Amino acid sequence: MLVRGKILRISGPLIVAEGMEGSMVYEVVLVGEERLIGEVIGLQGDRAFIQVYEDTSGLRVGEPVEGTGGLLSAELGPGLVGRVYDGLQRPLSVIGELYGAFVGRGVKLPALSRDAKWFFVRSGVKAGDKIEGGSILGYVQETPILLHKIMVPPGISGVLKELAPDGDYTIEETIAVIDVGGGRREEVRLASKWPIRKPRPYKTRLEPVEPLITGTRVLDMMFPIARGGKAAVPGGFGSGKTVLMHTLTKWSRTQVNIFVGCGERGNEMADALHSFRKLTDPASGRPLSEKAIFIANTSNMPVAARETSVFLGVTIGEYFRDMGYDVLMVADSTSRWAEAMREISARLEEMPGDEGFPAYLGSRLAEFYERSGRVVTLGNPERVGSLTILGAVSPPGADFSEPVTTNTLRYIGALLALDVSLANRRHFPAINWLLSYSRYVETVARWWERDFKNWLKLRYEALRILQRESELMELVRLVGPEALPDPDKLLLDVAKMIREDFLQQSAYHPIDAYSSPEKTVLMLDIIIKFYEEASRTLSEGVPLAKIREAPVISRIARMKEVRNEEFRKVYEDIVKNIDDYFRKLRAGGSGGS
Amino acid sequence: MVLSLSVKEVRRALSARGSLLLVRSVEGIKYGEVVEVVLPNGDSRVGQVIDVGKDVSIIQVFGGVSEINVDSIRVRFKGETLKIPVSLDMFGRIFDGLGNPIDNGPRIIPEDWLDVNGAPLNPAMREPPSEFIETGVSAIDALFSIVRGQKLPIFSGAGLPHNRIAAQIVRQATVRGKEERFAVVFAAIGVTYEEAYFFIESLKKAKNVENVISFINTASSPVIERIAVPRVALTTAEFLAWKHDVHVLVIMSDMTNYAEALRELSAAREEVPGRRGYPGYMYTDLATIYERAGKVAGKKGSVTQMPILTMPDDDITHPIPDLTGYITEGQIVLSRDMFRKGIYPPVDVLLSLSRLMKDGIGPGKTREDHYQVFMQMIAAYTEGQYLRELSAIIGAESLSERDRKYLNFADLFERKFVNQGENERRDIETTLDLGWEVLSVLPEEELKLISIENIQKYHPKYRSSVGISVAADAQTS
Repeated sequence: MLVRGKILRISGPLIVAEGMEGSMVYEVVLVGEERLIGEVIGLQGDRAFIQVYEDTSGLRVGEPVEGTGGLLSAELGPGLVGRVYDGLQRPLSVIGELYGAFVGRGVKLPALSRDAKWFFVRSGVKAGDKIEGGSILGYVQETPILLHKIMVPPGISGVLKELAPDGDYTIEETIAVIDVGGGRREEVRLASKWPIRKPRPYKTRLEPVEPLITGTRVLDMMFPIARGGKAAVPGGFGSGKTVLMHTLTKWSRTQVNIFVGCGERGNEMADALHSFRKLTDPASGRPLSEKAIFIANTSNMPVAARETSVFLGVTIGEYFRDMGYDVLMVADSTSRWAEAMREISARLEEMPGDEGFPAYLGSRLAEFYERSGRVVTLGNPERVGSLTILGAVSPPGADFSEPVTTNTLRYIGALLALDVSLANRRHFPAINWLLSYSRYVETVARWWERDFKNWLKLRYEALRILQRESELMELVRLVGPEALPDPDKLLLDVAKMIREDFLQQSAYHPIDAYSSPEKTVLMLDIIIKFYEEASRTLSEGVPLAKIREAPVISRIARMKEVRNEEFRKVYEDIVKNIDDYFRKLRAGGSGGS
Repeated sequence: MVLSLSVKEVRRALSARGSLLLVRSVEGIKYGEVVEVVLPNGDSRVGQVIDVGKDVSIIQVFGGVSEINVDSIRVRFKGETLKIPVSLDMFGRIFDGLGNPIDNGPRIIPEDWLDVNGAPLNPAMREPPSEFIETGVSAIDALFSIVRGQKLPIFSGAGLPHNRIAAQIVRQATVRGKEERFAVVFAAIGVTYEEAYFFIESLKKAKNVENVISFINTASSPVIERIAVPRVALTTAEFLAWKHDVHVLVIMSDMTNYAEALRELSAAREEVPGRRGYPGYMYTDLATIYERAGKVAGKKGSVTQMPILTMPDDDITHPIPDLTGYITEGQIVLSRDMFRKGIYPPVDVLLSLSRLMKDGIGPGKTREDHYQVFMQMIAAYTEGQYLRELSAIIGAESLSERDRKYLNFADLFERKFVNQGENERRDIETTLDLGWEVLSVLPEEELKLISIENIQKYHPKYRSSVGISVAADAQTS
């Protein structure tokens, strides 16, 4: 029997209800006569503390609160891709068509269309086969670039009794019947449900050894993220956080991308939606929106739903991971979610921790980041999938010592620290190379070194030069650049080259926005080669001024603009240029100067 | 507000402190509903229910609780959330922070009653803003361009001329190729009477402004009313934009006073304070104001916001500018250094930013070289600023020829490009040509961020008619 209680107190998004014996924590409840969606977050005697995911204005003490007996769940099935959802998985574009430009209250629409027909193709399993959770029953070509695998939901196993023939089905029609033993049968449909706070099960967890190719040079080369890894991007306002998050969602080499806009700007969300429709995926040439799912809970939408938007995104990510896909989920920004937690916690009058955030901030962040991973999935055939999580953090005053940043750092594998002072100098992406780190460097190096033997060496050399530059700059600030010895001046030139001609990358330039792995490695290879040749030439007595006149320097400055597919040719040409020029200098220069 | 026949009423309050009243709950009080607090002398004040319990409810009184005697007041519950009357008759009128006329004019005959909190705009129905607004101010148009539907605040400091800049922008703003005029909704939040008056007068004189609607809460008005002013102003703006296809520019000055009022209210409610005593939900609260800007698919109007805030102690990391910057689409930061140098508008070029600029500029919108000229000027000015610091330590003599050219560029950029008259309007072509003239003091091979085609098309060296004045100036300086 479902619980029925009464509202006792209303304070913003928090409701206290009495007469709630028998309800459970995280049970979904319907609040008031408008039946607003809420979730029980605490119980005390017959009282339930409920966070409401919609605006609570107009609610009265004494209005009914109804239990549903269920947990907040995501609906998973064909039709997810290309959609825009709010934190409760309501389809925002459908709501827009039906109700106009503003999001009203109490709107209840299913996440997936009930009428759409999907063409189901059987996978080859037959009636009589033994089958388990995760096993693939068949396929639906959801978009031209995404094959949606229809899986037996986790937890169901037995003998396949019936499997529908190939054909068009809605998500509510039964496509398989499984005898689970004891005379019980389970029906499987194209869509299923999964509670968003509960991680989906898998067989085994694997080490993240493959890099997630992002097309952003500073990541791929300097601070790689592994598939199935987790990274945080903290940055003050104006440091280009959102642009970087959009760029990574656009170009990362994955099969499915999920973008969660959590408590952020509406116009930016609109911009992302429009640009994903216009831009094409570099791997398939199809619109990016055919592999992307958006969850939008902008800063003016109900606060409590920020939490659900993050967990909803992760759940959808795990679902596609279970199909054996590489999935990237981006959450912009986790700080807004943490602030929502703080607000609810304060209204619950809990004992505050650091800066008023609840003491469980760290464990809640861990619950989220720990759902990333590269796994062997359940069921047959055996497949490997990964879910990579990237979380933006918005530290107040760009101060990285604040609680959300410090707690996040405990759980992540890579830190991409954005630096406002770099952004002010228009160095984008404004990733600070001295503060950032990646724990995946050694593990993904094996992958890179199959094609590029010197990947690790180039990386260390470039970072060494940048590190040395920062030391020398302190000196320059005291004595001026002219007082430095020539080899140091050369190093500063090359460091500038690395910064401006390699690390800086325009997210809006049609060619530069996506740099292929080959182009990325070869670009840095050119710069390091230039440095080696120039150093050698300098040590043989050729004056620095001659080296600075090298015409190849301006070619290096414009090599970003070379297309990925033409880069190998240009590379060989530039390397030849470098060799020829310095050989000539060494031959003629040693005596002449 | 339609008067309902069965008005709920409470005869006395339990306690009054700050701007809050605690009253015994009566059956059926709604969260967020409006109340009327009636004093024994017949005066009444508007309040709102901010916490409902079974026994006790809390009311926030917009007029403050001064002169309230808890035993002799009556509290009437209106049964509705805070709504204001709106109508096209509001053009040219002046109201207080709750929408009551204060210009001795007649009452507004409402076309509609709207909830001041609005409803969140569905992000899937937003249209990305992309119409360039030409303000005629070179620094803004070239370096941090504004588009229709954007929210771009001015971060100022005490004594800096933010009001004059905002007034100039309003006077000069046009959308290229369109004759449409626009309306201005002005919300004065806790500013002095002179400031409010300055704005209203200068807006009235602006030829391109169709009409001005003002909501005034001066420094002497009740503090708590400041919570309502921006919401009332934005509700009016939304009514004009979404119902009557008007392009509306909303100016709110000064948002720092709003945040202070929010802190005061939070303290009165004994909430756990966040950074520097501001409530933990200040980000969300500010977002419910700033996010009410934009363009909507299928609607002709737009809401553009220009909030003005003064940074306490010129500190951009203070919670008020910090949280604002996280919500708005960029910021125009004023610099005391530039102000001291006598440069108007004294903008801090490197800290200022427009996030929506890229969608509003380029071929067909401004000019094909705009983005590259912008990037090159910023890069060169950054270099110039760095060399300035360096030359202060090691002396200009130790700098190379190239470095001295950059120093010269930085000076010219400030004096010729950024600096302009308060009544001077430069169209975007003039602005970009001026940018080229200033850039032309650098060696051509230093212009790495500009394509060769654009250099040949726009560089003064390749164009005979322009480029004499600044180049000549460069020789002498």
